[in-house]
Amino acid sequence: MNLLLIAVVQGLVMGLVYALVSLGLGLIWGVVDVVNFAHAEYMMWAMYATYFAVAGLHLDLLAALPIVVALGFLAGLCTYIVLIRRIMGGPAVTQIFTTFGLLFFLRYSAFAAFGPDFRGITWPPASGSVLILGVPVSTAQADAALAALITFGLLHALLQWTKTGKALQATAQNPAAALALGIEVEWMYMLAWGLSIATAAVGGVFLLTFYQVSPTVGDAFLLLMFASVVLGGFGSVLGPLLGGVVIGLVESVAGNLVSPTFKLAFVFAALLLVLFLRPGGLLGQERRG
Amino acid sequence: MLRWVGGGAAVLGGLRAVPASAQAGDIKVGMLYPLSGSLALIGRDMRQAIDLAADIVNTPHPELAPLTLAAPAGLPKLGGRKMQLVWADAKDPATARAEAERLIDQEKVVALMGCYASAYTATASLAAETRGIPFLNAESSSPTLTQRGFKWFFRTGPTDETFTAMFFQMFGDLRKRGKRIQKLAILSENTEFGATAAKVEQAQAKAQGYQMAAVEMYTSPPATLEAELNRIHAASPDALIANSYLIDAVTTIKALKTMRYFPPALVAQDAGYVLPDYIKDTGKDGYYIMSRASWALGLGARKRLVGRVNDLYRSRYNEDMDETNARSFTGLLTLANAINLGGGTSPTQILQGLLMTDIPEADTIMPWKGIKFDKDGQNLYASGVMVQLLDGKYKVVWPFDLAETSIVWPAPAWDKRS
Repeated sequence: MNLLLIAVVQGLVMGLVYALVSLGLGLIWGVVDVVNFAHAEYMMWAMYATYFAVAGLHLDLLAALPIVVALGFLAGLCTYIVLIRRIMGGPAVTQIFTTFGLLFFLRYSAFAAFGPDFRGITWPPASGSVLILGVPVSTAQADAALAALITFGLLHALLQWTKTGKALQATAQNPAAALALGIEVEWMYMLAWGLSIATAAVGGVFLLTFYQVSPTVGDAFLLLMFASVVLGGFGSVLGPLLGGVVIGLVESVAGNLVSPTFKLAFVFAALLLVLFLRPGGLLGQERRG
Repeated sequence: MLRWVGGGAAVLGGLRAVPASAQAGDIKVGMLYPLSGSLALIGRDMRQAIDLAADIVNTPHPELAPLTLAAPAGLPKLGGRKMQLVWADAKDPATARAEAERLIDQEKVVALMGCYASAYTATASLAAETRGIPFLNAESSSPTLTQRGFKWFFRTGPTDETFTAMFFQMFGDLRKRGKRIQKLAILSENTEFGATAAKVEQAQAKAQGYQMAAVEMYTSPPATLEAELNRIHAASPDALIANSYLIDAVTTIKALKTMRYFPPALVAQDAGYVLPDYIKDTGKDGYYIMSRASWALGLGARKRLVGRVNDLYRSRYNEDMDETNARSFTGLLTLANAINLGGGTSPTQILQGLLMTDIPEADTIMPWKGIKFDKDGQNLYASGVMVQLLDGKYKVVWPFDLAETSIVWPAPAWDKRS
C-alpha cells in the first residue's frame, strides 16, 4: 500500500485527537488570556476518572462520558474560583508559575493517590480496526477522532448561535468593552474554564481506549497541545482543530517518509515557519495588546 | 486507593528497621533506587525483593539452604550482625549522585547498591568511587559501567553485550534448524538504555553478517509509534529487536494489531516487555514476543530453590518475582556475602570480600554458573536465557537444553491466533 496514503490517513486521525485535547487550552488562552500549563494534567485526571468508572464501577464508557465531562466542568469552575481569579491581572510570570505549580500539584497528587502504575481499559466496541480509504486505523482512534469532530461542532455551535457564546467571544476580543456592554466578564471566565476542562475530559475518556494512563501521561501530549494551539491561532475554535490536524499530518508524513527519529523536529520546524509568516497562527488574529 | 510507593510490606520492614538502627551492631548499607517518577513502579518491585533478601540474611531460613546466607541469622563471621538498609530515592542522575553522597557522608553507610537505570548508576557510582566506598550494581546493563577502570564498582548482572550476543547465538541455533533469519530491524527508545543497546545490536549484527533493514529511534513516552512501525513493516525484517519501556511496548503491540502486521519474531531487551503490567494491558495480543531474561520463574522446574524463594515472595507481596528484581535480590545476597567474607565493615575489608567472592550456581536463584568478579568488577558468569510469552507466561525457550517449551517462530499472524 502507498506509504503516503497510510501516513496521511493515520496523521489525520491522530491530528484530530491532538486537536481534541488541545481545544480547551486554546479556549482558556483565547478567552481568559492565561496559559494553562496544567491542561494535560486535567486530561490525565479525566483518564483516571474514566478508568475507575469503567474498571471499578463497571459502567460502559458512554455512560461514564457524561459523568467525567461534568466532573471536568466542575473542576474547571473550581480551579477558576479558587485559584485563577486571584491572579487575574497579575504579572504574566505569576500566572505562569501558578499554572505550572498546578501541573505539579495535580501530577503528584495522582502519584500519591494511584501510584505509578500504568492502567488501561478495554472497551469492546473500540477493539479491532476499521478501514479508512483502505488504510487500517484502530477503531479506538477513529472513535476519538469522531468525538473530536462532534465536540468541535458543539462548541462551535455554542459560540456562534447562542447569546452566551457570543458573550464569550466578546470577552475574548475585548474584556473591557464586554464589561461596558453589561456582560458578566467574571462569569465568562468561569465558563471558559469549565468548558475548557470539560473538553480535556472528553479527550481523556476517549484517549483511555487506546492509551494507558499514568501520572506522567501528560508528557507525551503537552508539547503537541501547545504546538496545535499556537500553530492554529488564538481566538477561534477552529484554530486548535486546524493546528492539531496539521501537527498530526506533519508528524505522520515526515515520520513515515523521512525519518521517525526527527518527526518532532519537523513538527516544530513547521510551527516556526507558520509563526514566521503569520505570527498570530494560521487562523488567528493578532493578540490584543 | 492510596498506596505507598514502597509497598505496604516494604514500609513495615522499614519501620522494623528503625529501632534496630539504635543497636550499634547493625551494618548500614545504602540503597539507591528510583522510588518516584516514571521508574517508580519497577523501583517498588526491586525494593520488595531487596527487603526480602535482607530479611533472609537477617533471620534464619534453613528451609532455603543452600541459598547464600539463608540458614544463619545475620552475618556469621561478624558475630551475627544484621544488615540495615537505608533507602534513598535515586530518581534521576543528579539526584542519584547527591543521594549517594548523602548516604556516605551523613548516614555513614559502608557500601551502596543501585540504581537500575544505567544513567543513574553511572553518576551514583562516581560518588562512591571518589570516596572509596564499594558500590554493587545488580540491574544496569550498559557495558560502559564496568569499562571505566573503577576500583570500587562491581556488577553481578549481565551487560547489553552479553545479552545481545545471546540474541545472535539464538539466531544462529535457529538458522541451524532451518529458520530463515537474515534481515533485522531495530525499534528503540533514544536514551542511555535504548541508544546504547541499539549501538551494540547494530555492531553485532554487522560483525555477524546480518542485514540491518531499518533502525527506528523514538522518544519515550511516544504519543504514537505508527510511523516507525509502518517503516519497519515496509522493510519486512525476519526479526524485530525492541528496546522499549512499558508504555512504548504496549503502544507498539496495539499499533501492530491495528496494522494487521506482526514480524516473524519480536525480540526484546526486556524492560517494558517483561513487566507484569505488559501482560495486563495487552492481554492475548501481547503473546509471542521474546525477551532476554536473567531469570524466569520457569527455571523452577530445574531448580527448586527458585520456586521456594518465589513462594516466599508471593506470600509477602501477592505477586511473582520478575527477572529484574530477581537480579536485585541476588545483588543484595552477594553484597552481604562479601561483607561476611571480608570479616568487617571497613571499605577495604568489603572490597576484599567482593574480590574473594565465588558463589556457586546452586547457592543462587539465577541460571548463571555462579558469581565471581573479573578485574573490572564484572561478574564473569552473568548470562541469561531467552523467554517467550506463551499462554500468559514467560517460558524459557533458549538455550534449548534449558527450554521449558518449544520456541514459536514465526509468530502466528493475527487472524491465525485463537
